[in-house]
Amino acid sequence: MFRLHRYGKAPLAFIGMLLSSLLLSCLLVPSQAIAAEVMVAVASNFTAPMKDIAARFQQHSGHRLVMAFGSSGKFTAQIHNGAPFEVFLSADQAKPEALIRAGFASADSRFTYALGRLALWTTTPDVDVRAQLHSGQFRKLALANPRLAPYGAAAQQTLAALALTDSVATRQVMGENIAQTWQFVSSGNAQLGFVALSQVMSGGHINNGSVWIVPDTLYQPIRQDAVLLKKGELKKGEPNPAARAFLAFLQSAEVTELIRGYGYHRE
Amino acid sequence: MLLTAADWQAVWLTLKLATLVTMLLLLIGTPLAWWLARTRSVWRGPVSALVALPLVLPPTVLGFYLLLALGPNGPLGQLTQTLGLGLLPFSFSGLVLASLLYSLPFVVQPVQNAIEAMGERPLEVAATLGAGPWDRFFTVVLPQAKPGLLTAAVLGFAHTVGEFGVVLMIGGNIPGETRVISVQIYDHVEALSYAQAHSLSLMMLLFSFVVLLLMYSLNRHSRLNFSMSRP
Repeated sequence: MFRLHRYGKAPLAFIGMLLSSLLLSCLLVPSQAIAAEVMVAVASNFTAPMKDIAARFQQHSGHRLVMAFGSSGKFTAQIHNGAPFEVFLSADQAKPEALIRAGFASADSRFTYALGRLALWTTTPDVDVRAQLHSGQFRKLALANPRLAPYGAAAQQTLAALALTDSVATRQVMGENIAQTWQFVSSGNAQLGFVALSQVMSGGHINNGSVWIVPDTLYQPIRQDAVLLKKGELKKGEPNPAARAFLAFLQSAEVTELIRGYGYHRE
Repeated sequence: MLLTAADWQAVWLTLKLATLVTMLLLLIGTPLAWWLARTRSVWRGPVSALVALPLVLPPTVLGFYLLLALGPNGPLGQLTQTLGLGLLPFSFSGLVLASLLYSLPFVVQPVQNAIEAMGERPLEVAATLGAGPWDRFFTVVLPQAKPGLLTAAVLGFAHTVGEFGVVLMIGGNIPGETRVISVQIYDHVEALSYAQAHSLSLMMLLFSFVVLLLMYSLNRHSRLNFSMSRP
């Protein structure tokens, strides 16, 4: 940025070429051409199952899902400000409710698609993770920010129920969402971390390391709600057919079976 | 302005980080800029490219690699552990290291440009008058490059204050240790506490504007724009 002009006009020519080729590629692939596309905003914890679900949905219906993964809080703010998402799979109930109240989502489309479960995870195999938490034999304990993420709030409730809040206070580090929390543990920077069970389990088996599945009695249930957004309606009360098909598929027995393999419960 | 105690803690931490990083960067960056401005070594190109990398890399890339490299399985993490320093992610020292890399080009380039703009002549004259290399550096180069150094200090400081992506990746959001202003604002926004986010954001906006205004006025007074290279 400080020295660009020193190289004369070559960089400008290059940038020009880049821009024109970008423009060209936009013209060649008009996004409107593929009709049956659904834009879905998905809470980070549901990333792995969602990819599975999307593949199957595409196979069954021919519709394509365009997915964005991230924190529910960020998606809520974006939807409030005109983001083009048609369906929102939140990590909680509060955010879909807020969107309905603000008129960005339809009330009768809301349902609980999964009950999330919390897991304490370390990458070291064959250890008693719970005992490790109690004995304090770790340098850092990762959890999602309780203010932002339902899994973080559940982790906080669990620590309180175990009377460990004070003893871990100086050693806890917070990820902005559950994906970053997973990354802190996965990279070895935190020895223990409260993650979503779905992040460390697939097909009913733990992927790697050791896990303590936190008993459901230690934290408030993590009810994750899905909702159809106004952008997913052709006109009032009439969802775009692909979005409708996807919401129906999400409630099917096939998906129930599939997400149980990732450690979720269903009502 | 309705700033909470936690907000003030973030403000204080950010100022502490930016001050320390700016001082260290002037110490490291000035000799580096001097070398880059004068050397004919084949290493000039690669080193310049390395220094400028943070200008083009997304901060998350830098943060991600730092997280891996400084972690217990990374080469730097193993080094710091061997040296008895422990692991750097989630610590203030870790943020200092990350910010040094992140803000390096903002300090090196203005100083380098100032030295290059000075040309050979003052140095040759000083040498003729019997000044040794160190003498020339302290009595000719540094005074001549003063506007460049000032620009470097201001940019380095401001850029560190505005750092976000890297801190988010390796900070772990620990109050008083790694929760800087930008992360605090992000938390407020994510939690939909827009009023609190506004107070801090407005403060950042005003701060950045005043800093840039100061820099441009100072540069105008010295009649040289050292933030751009001269032919």
